[in-house]
Amino acid sequence: MKISSKEVEHVALLARLQLTEEETLIYTEQLNSILGYAQMLQKLDTTDVVPTAHAVELYNVMREDVVKPSMELEKVIRNAPDEENGFFRVPKIV
Amino acid sequence: MGIFLKSLNEMHQMLVNREISSLELTKAYLKSIHNKEPQINAFISINDEFALKKAVEIDGKISSGEEIGVLAGIPMALKDNMCTEGINTTCGSKMLENFNPPYNATVTQRLYEQGAVLVGKLNMDEFAMGSSTENSGFFTTKNPWNKERVPGGSSGGSAASVAGGEVPYSLGSDTGGSIRQPAGFCGVVGLKPTYGAVSRYGLVAFASSLDQIGPLTRDVRDNAEVLNAIAGYDSKDSTSIYFDKPNYTQFLQNDVKGLKIGVPEEFFAQGLDPDVEKIIKKAIKTLEELGAEVGTCSLPHMEYAMPTYYIIAPAECSSNLARYDGVSYGLRNPAEDMIEMYKKTRAAGFGQEVKRRIMLGTYALSSGYYDAYYLNAQKVRTLIKQDFDKVFEKFDVLVSPTTPNIAYKFGDKSDPISMYLGDVYTIPVNLAGLPGISIPAGFVDGMPVGLQLISKHFNEGILYKTAYTFEQNTDFHKSCTGLLEEV
Repeated sequence: MKISSKEVEHVALLARLQLTEEETLIYTEQLNSILGYAQMLQKLDTTDVVPTAHAVELYNVMREDVVKPSMELEKVIRNAPDEENGFFRVPKIV
Repeated sequence: MGIFLKSLNEMHQMLVNREISSLELTKAYLKSIHNKEPQINAFISINDEFALKKAVEIDGKISSGEEIGVLAGIPMALKDNMCTEGINTTCGSKMLENFNPPYNATVTQRLYEQGAVLVGKLNMDEFAMGSSTENSGFFTTKNPWNKERVPGGSSGGSAASVAGGEVPYSLGSDTGGSIRQPAGFCGVVGLKPTYGAVSRYGLVAFASSLDQIGPLTRDVRDNAEVLNAIAGYDSKDSTSIYFDKPNYTQFLQNDVKGLKIGVPEEFFAQGLDPDVEKIIKKAIKTLEELGAEVGTCSLPHMEYAMPTYYIIAPAECSSNLARYDGVSYGLRNPAEDMIEMYKKTRAAGFGQEVKRRIMLGTYALSSGYYDAYYLNAQKVRTLIKQDFDKVFEKFDVLVSPTTPNIAYKFGDKSDPISMYLGDVYTIPVNLAGLPGISIPAGFVDGMPVGLQLISKHFNEGILYKTAYTFEQNTDFHKSCTGLLEEV
């Protein structure tokens, strides 16, 4: 299953990455190489195998629904690239 | 003065006996760091002021007769993907070049509570993606054993700083081998604990089901002392496991009689450098002569571990790195609308390897490909884990080389796949969530060779006992001497 340059462009959009034309070509080649290597996983019969998401099993890790203080606003906005009155200012979305 | 040859316990005794103050000790290490950095480049940031302040604080406690722990007043450094409040945490990336965390990682907090003196943050492959520290967004770190060779990665700074006598210990993180491999390349002891044994709260996430923090030290006892401080359940990390945490130093016994050591044949196949193999086989013989029962075993699905990892890790990374969008912290490249801002910011903030893995992961998780790639990889992960479960019914510890070769020269592995293949023995351990340690076992061409030991979940004790026994009957852990000498 080879990945085309067009698909790479689509994946870049999904990942919100802006690639140059040159980068698109290089990544197409490299991704094909890595995915080609990953193809060997198809050789295995995994029909009745349960997938492992976590090596050491944990289920439903919960805590008591008790309100605790959140991080102080000053700390939250400390690293903001653009901030006003405790809000993060961003370019228009639509 | 030979202070750099002292173990943690020795330094602790000197502090308690008032033979040296924490201030003097910290100043000595800071001097070493500043003298050696032009050749090693292990540190992204060095914090003299912060360190000296902490040292004075600990000296105050000592003079008022307060009891202090083993790590108190002793310098250390953290890989720069562990949050330190008020001190920049960059993850080796331009994306977080000026990021100043508003909180401490749990491991940071636990070390501070023990009185540890943070001297600086260590260089790494960007966002922990890489095996040589060549992917750092800032500069490369050099292997103290040979400046033309890589220290390994992604915790290259963590390993080089310990091997080079800049700090007595450091913390690194390991997702596919990133503690053990650089430890092997630099001739130090590096442990990746069982998944869930050490809190990931405040560790900038790369692959959430694989990442673990662990200590890098010059010997096994020091490693156990540091693990004592950082391991244990943390309610802030929902993947943290509640377990009966032992005092890890109790396992430091010189005794492997009757220990059943398994040698997986798949780890001694094609690709392993013959000189490295000789060293490892000799090490296994040493353990056998000391009373261990050695036998061969098989992990039949091991050849599938690499492709499995290189689907799962990038998939998880693509999800974890989606947060770097220029909105609330980190780099922002301005644009007319949000999507353009995201695209421009991420294009500028991430390096090649990071972008490559995000792309790979996004593809593997995308609609139409999720089942074929990601879900299938998770099923193969189960098969790999089952291989280990079977083998551990018969054996207590597995042994292998940490890496197929010694540290290579800068630029030697420019092709991504050839870089990835260096992690062939370490990756399966992360996939199965098992603990693994690398200890110095010899030299090839003047470069260190690491021996890897693997055990069952939460059996760090057996790893330490085996490693300690090997160490007590050989001298490889003392080889760093020449590099450690006071400058």
